Amino acid sequence: MKKTYKIEVDCANCANLMEDAARRTAGVQSATVNFMTQKMIVEFAEGQEPRAVMESVLAACKRVEPDCEIFL
Amino acid sequence: MQEIVVNGLLAAVVLTAAILRFAVGARSGSGMTKKQKTMLLRILSAAAVLLGLQFLPAEAFSRLDGYLFPSAGRWARFALYLADYFLIGYDILRKAGKGVLNRRVFDENFLMAVATVGAMALAVYENGDYLEAIAVMLFYQVGEWFQSYAVGKSRRNISELMDIRPDYANVERDGKLEQVDPDEVEIGGVIVVQPGEKVPIDGIIVEGSSSLNTSALTGESLPREAKAGDEVVSGCVNMTGVLRIRTTKEFGESTVSKILDLVENASSRKSRSEDFISRFARIYTPAVCYSALALAVLPPLVRMLGMGLPADWGTWLYRALTFLVISCPCALVISIPLSFFAGIGGASREGILVKGSNYLEILSQTKVVVFDKTGTLTQGVFEVNGIHHNEMEDAKLIEYAALAESASSHPISRSLQRAYGREPDRARVSDIQEISGSGVIAKVDGMEVAAGNDKLMRRLGIPHIDCHSTGTIIHMAVNGAYAGHIVISDIVKPRSKDAISSLKAAGVEKTVMLTGDAKKVADQVAASLGVDQVYSELLPADKVSKVEELLERRRGKLAFVGDGINDAPVLSRADIGVAMGAMGSDAAIEAADIVLMDDDPMKMTKAIKISRKCLGIVYQNIVLALGVKLACLLLGAVGVANMYLAIFADVGVMILAVLNAIRCLFVRKL
Repeated sequence: MKKTYKIEVDCANCANLMEDAARRTAGVQSATVNFMTQKMIVEFAEGQEPRAVMESVLAACKRVEPDCEIFL
Repeated sequence: MQEIVVNGLLAAVVLTAAILRFAVGARSGSGMTKKQKTMLLRILSAAAVLLGLQFLPAEAFSRLDGYLFPSAGRWARFALYLADYFLIGYDILRKAGKGVLNRRVFDENFLMAVATVGAMALAVYENGDYLEAIAVMLFYQVGEWFQSYAVGKSRRNISELMDIRPDYANVERDGKLEQVDPDEVEIGGVIVVQPGEKVPIDGIIVEGSSSLNTSALTGESLPREAKAGDEVVSGCVNMTGVLRIRTTKEFGESTVSKILDLVENASSRKSRSEDFISRFARIYTPAVCYSALALAVLPPLVRMLGMGLPADWGTWLYRALTFLVISCPCALVISIPLSFFAGIGGASREGILVKGSNYLEILSQTKVVVFDKTGTLTQGVFEVNGIHHNEMEDAKLIEYAALAESASSHPISRSLQRAYGREPDRARVSDIQEISGSGVIAKVDGMEVAAGNDKLMRRLGIPHIDCHSTGTIIHMAVNGAYAGHIVISDIVKPRSKDAISSLKAAGVEKTVMLTGDAKKVADQVAASLGVDQVYSELLPADKVSKVEELLERRRGKLAFVGDGINDAPVLSRADIGVAMGAMGSDAAIEAADIVLMDDDPMKMTKAIKISRKCLGIVYQNIVLALGVKLACLLLGAVGVANMYLAIFADVGVMILAVLNAIRCLFVRKL
C-alpha cells in the first residue's frame, strides 16, 4: 500500500536524512521524500498498519531532524 | 580592515532584516512562515546588539575593574557577547545537543556548534575577538533563513505557474447558476462554462460554441474552435461563448487532475544526479569532520615531534574549526532538485509533461530518436484518394470496406468510415477476424469480404493488382474474388521536416522512422522529411524488436516518439517513450515517460533542448558548489581562509546555486 503525507521540512539535506530514516523504519517497503512539493510517499510492507508504522517513522525523523513535521 | 567590512555587513544585515521583517513580512501575501518571521527578528536583534558591542572597546569594560573586582570588566564583556551568541544560536546548540543524544554526530548543527563554541573558547582565552564566533553563527543563520525563504518562495511560484486547477464548476439549479466544488459534479451532469472561465471537467458540449484557449495544456497559443457535439478537455479556457457541457468523467479522472498529479509527483522520481548528490552528501560531511580532526591534531604533533618547532595548537585548532564551517552540503543538496523541479515546471508550461526528473536526465542524453510514422510525423488523417480496378460501383466497394473495418479504430478504418459517410450498420457484419499487420476478413451481408494489404491477398491466395500511386493500398476481395483496391494517403504534418532538421541541429545523431506501411510509401515520406533510416512493413511486434535492435547498436540514449495509441509496448521498451498529441488520451499518459500535449513534432526538439538546459544548469551547480568548497577547504588548511571566508563561501554559493536553478524555468525561447 502506498500513501502520501504532507510534511514540513526546511532544508534539503534534512529532507534526504528524513528519507533515509523512513526507509530504515520497520514496516516501510520504500519511502521517497519530495522536498519541492513537501510530500513523503511511503510504501508499506505487506500487512502493516500504516498508522502504527507512521508513528515510528515520525519518531525516527524527529531523531534526525528535530524541526521536521509529518502530518499524519 | 576586516573589522570594517564585518561591521558594514552587520549594518547591512540589520537594515535588510528590518525591511524584510517589517515591510515585506507584514504584507499578507509575503509567504513567510511564522518560523521565518521569528528567525528574522532574532537575526535583526542579534545583529543590532553585536553592532552595538563593537563600539564598546575592551578598554571601556576594564574601567569596571576598579569599581567591582579585578577582571570584572573582562567577564562583563564576555557575558554580554555570550548573551548575544545564545540569542542567535540557541536553536543550533539545542539541535546539536539532541543530535549527540541521538548519536547523530555529523550534522551541520553539531559542526556549527563545535566551530563557534571553539572560536568562543579561543576568544575567552585571549580576551579578544568574540565577534568572529557570533558573526559566523549569525551569517550561517542568515544563509539558512535565505535558503528556506528562497526555496519556499520559488517552490510556491513554480507550483502556482503550473496550477491549472479549476476552483469551481457552475451548475444550473432552478434556472440559477451555482458555483460548486468540481468534485461534487457527477458523471453525466451538465455544467456551464462562461467566457473567461476554465473548463473544470472533461465532457461533451451540448449547447453553444466558442473558441477555447488550450495554452495551459499545450503551450499552443492559437485558439481552438469548439461547437456542440465536440469533446472538450478540462484545463482549457473558454474565450468567447457560453458553453453547456455534459461531463464524461469525474473531476479526479479529468485531464486537468491527471496532469497536475503527474507533474507534482514527477520530482519524486529522482534522477541519477540527485542520487549521486545525496550519496555524496552522506560521505562528505563525515569526511570533512575527520579531516578537521586530523588537521587539528596531526600538524602540531609533526611540528613538535618531527621538526622540533613549537606545536602552535591554537592556529591549527582554528584552521580545523574553519573546516567545520565549510562542511554543510546544503548548497549542493538544494540546487539539484530545485533545478529539476523548475525544469519540469517550465516544460509543463510549454505543453511538455515530463513524468520524472530521471526522464529529463535521460532525455538530455538522447542521441537516437525513433518516430512512428502514422499520427506522429504524418497527420494520421487518411483520405481515400482513388479506387482502381473495381468492377462494382465505387460507393459499394467503400461501403463493404467500411463495414468490414467497422470494429477497428485504426486511422485507416476511420478514413474508410468517413469516406462511407454514414454510421455503419453493425448488424450486417459478422465473424470479424482481424489479422494483425495485414487487414480484416469479415462476413458482410453473408458475403466474405477481405480488406487489407498485399500480404492478406497472398495469404488468401487471391491474385491482386499492384498500384502505381503512393499511399496505403487496401486490396478488396469479395467471396474470394479480387474486387479492386482503394488508395488511401496520409498527409505529412507541415512542421515534420523542420522538426527532423532541428533535432539534428540540437545534436541528435540519428533519426529513424518505423511504420507498418508499404515500403514505397514509407521511403517517399522518409525522403521528403530527411529521416536517416526507415523500417517499413512492420507488424506492431516488429516495432518492438526493431527498437531493441537499435538499442543494442546505439551510443547514447534512444527515444521513441509515437501517438500512444498502438505503440504502448514500444514506448515502454525505449529508454524514453514519448507520446504525442495526447490530449485526453489516458492510455498514452499511462504508457509514456514524456507526454507532448499537442501534435506538433517540433515539441520533441523543444523537450530535448529544455532537458539539455536543465542538466547543464545542474552540472554548473555541482561544479560551482564543489569547486568553491574544495577551494575553501584547501585555503583553510593552509591558513589563508578564515572563518568569515568559509561562511561567505557557504552561504554565497548556496544563493548563487538557487538563483541559477531558477533559470531552468525560463524555457519559452529555446
